[in-house]
Amino acid sequence: MSWFQKLMPSRIRTDATEKARNRSVPEGLWTKCPGCSAVLYRPEVERNHEVCPKCAHHMRIGARTRLQSFLDADDRTEIGAAVKPVDALRFRDSKKYKDRLTQAQKTTGEDDALVAYHGRLRGSPVVACAFEFDFMGGSMGSVVGERFVRAAAIALEERIPMVCFAASGGARMQEALFSLMQMAKTSAMLGRMREEGVPYISVLTDPTMGGVSASLATLGDVNIAEPEALIGFAGPRVIEQTVRETLPEGFQRAEFLLEHGAIDMIVDRREMRDTIARLFAILTHQPSPDEQPAPAEVEEPATE
Amino acid sequence: MNEYQVEQPDREVMSLNFLDFERPIAELEAKIDELRYVGDDNDLNISEEIRRLQDKSVHLTEQIFSNLSAWQIAQLARHPQRPHTLDYIGHIFTEFEEMHGDRGFADDPAIVGGAARLDGRPVMVIGHQKGRDTREKVRRNFGMPRPEGYRKALRLMEMAERFDLPLITLIDTPGAYPGVGAEERGQSEAIARNLMAMSRLRTPIVATVVGEGGSGGALGIGVGDQLLMLGYSTYSVISPEGCASILWKSADRAQDAAEAMGITASRLHELGLIDQVIQEPLGGAHRDPAGMAQRLREVLIEKLDMLAAKDFETLLAERERKIQGYGNFRTA
Repeated sequence: MSWFQKLMPSRIRTDATEKARNRSVPEGLWTKCPGCSAVLYRPEVERNHEVCPKCAHHMRIGARTRLQSFLDADDRTEIGAAVKPVDALRFRDSKKYKDRLTQAQKTTGEDDALVAYHGRLRGSPVVACAFEFDFMGGSMGSVVGERFVRAAAIALEERIPMVCFAASGGARMQEALFSLMQMAKTSAMLGRMREEGVPYISVLTDPTMGGVSASLATLGDVNIAEPEALIGFAGPRVIEQTVRETLPEGFQRAEFLLEHGAIDMIVDRREMRDTIARLFAILTHQPSPDEQPAPAEVEEPATE
Repeated sequence: MNEYQVEQPDREVMSLNFLDFERPIAELEAKIDELRYVGDDNDLNISEEIRRLQDKSVHLTEQIFSNLSAWQIAQLARHPQRPHTLDYIGHIFTEFEEMHGDRGFADDPAIVGGAARLDGRPVMVIGHQKGRDTREKVRRNFGMPRPEGYRKALRLMEMAERFDLPLITLIDTPGAYPGVGAEERGQSEAIARNLMAMSRLRTPIVATVVGEGGSGGALGIGVGDQLLMLGYSTYSVISPEGCASILWKSADRAQDAAEAMGITASRLHELGLIDQVIQEPLGGAHRDPAGMAQRLREVLIEKLDMLAAKDFETLLAERERKIQGYGNFRTA
């Protein structure tokens, strides 16, 4: 310890304050918008749901952050957290699948690429799940399929609406055909929900491709996309190689899908919560969330 | 005239296309042919020698085919002489009436389907169709369907349900077509909707991979009560080349990718992902298409008998349990 530090009052010197200082001044306090290149103040972007305050560019957002800002703050329970990945095929490419999993778990803090919650949306119970794109490109393997199905099973049993925020490159190659079968597994569950009249809204975010777009993400009673999200079956590079021509501007973007009738609407992330709450209320014959008397929410804790 | 009748090549006069790993067999067969020529204008009785070489050829084929790598099997699954859906339909079913169009946009020749009889019993049959010669290959888009193909299939599935026809699907595609128009018309949604519909369809479904089972493009007509594979067919989440170019950054590593993904019928059966492997004739289905079709026919009849004995509720519950059982994970 230097003589200068010794002179400082202990209150300032503690490790706790040291850590807190580090946390409050992260390396990227300023960030550049990938859309308009404006230099933005990070906390302001976070408050704005990772949407650029200048040009409304929607940046990618982590699964947990997404669900935390989407659901009401209280009364949240995670679904399927106990379901964890295994490397049944002992898959090895240039790297072992096991090592890829460990690395992805370290960088994201998640066990796999889907996070699911039972919670409330403006007071009404819902099931919500979101893909973590930073976890191996949000790829769908057995754990993603199982967590999705468990979440849907709860929605079915309690007859409450379900919403899924997709962000995925497709099926996870390292689990080979098991991944492909997750497409059937999730779609079959949605088939049951449809028969039972339990609403499901799919939100397609940047990017939603391959096996995820060709199963759970396009099967919503309502399909919503975020602005400019890349959505499609085959990746643009694959298509370019096949047709040997440059793709038109805006190809496979949300606006393109809206124009071609693949989605119902494009919704700004900052409006997402209210839009979906209103839609769910209509589909389940509940009073409008905008007209619900405030005391109802206050009384809630007493009933527990 | 029915298209599928045109598609029956006379295999006796057609020289078999040998794959790289079959070269020793090809050389031996060439020697036998040569001897036959000599035998024609020679008094010498060399039939003994020919018989000896033929035995040797069979033995060699058995030997080579008893130990094929996943990549070699992938090549067999794509063999230019391999029987395609309409070949099988011609051998297995009677009174096949092909039906066309999705009623919305177009008829996709990469998927064929229609009503037919199997051993007298009315059924609906749907399958991917590849072409044999260049013109036909292009017309069939190499067996890569566009959304209207999946929507035609869906239309026929719903018709099968309406009229109580068991559904038989034959899978043989490199994958759904990655094109601009296909994306514009909702390739993803077309496949997804079929997955959902097939999982709830109130009629028995038997799906068989007869050649290439290419990812979502295959699954789009592949969900059902029984999933069968011919011995040298493959089924995978992505083509070995595609997997290799993404994970190994080089399409040349397709062999490794094929091995790692476990795309063969026997491996997938071991993993519990398919119900039954139907053995192919020695050297592959293209060596004896009629024989292969006969075996497939017998298995299909057997499966339909088994499924027909169940009421719809049991059938659907069992299908649901099977589909929900897919996956490998641990519960902490």
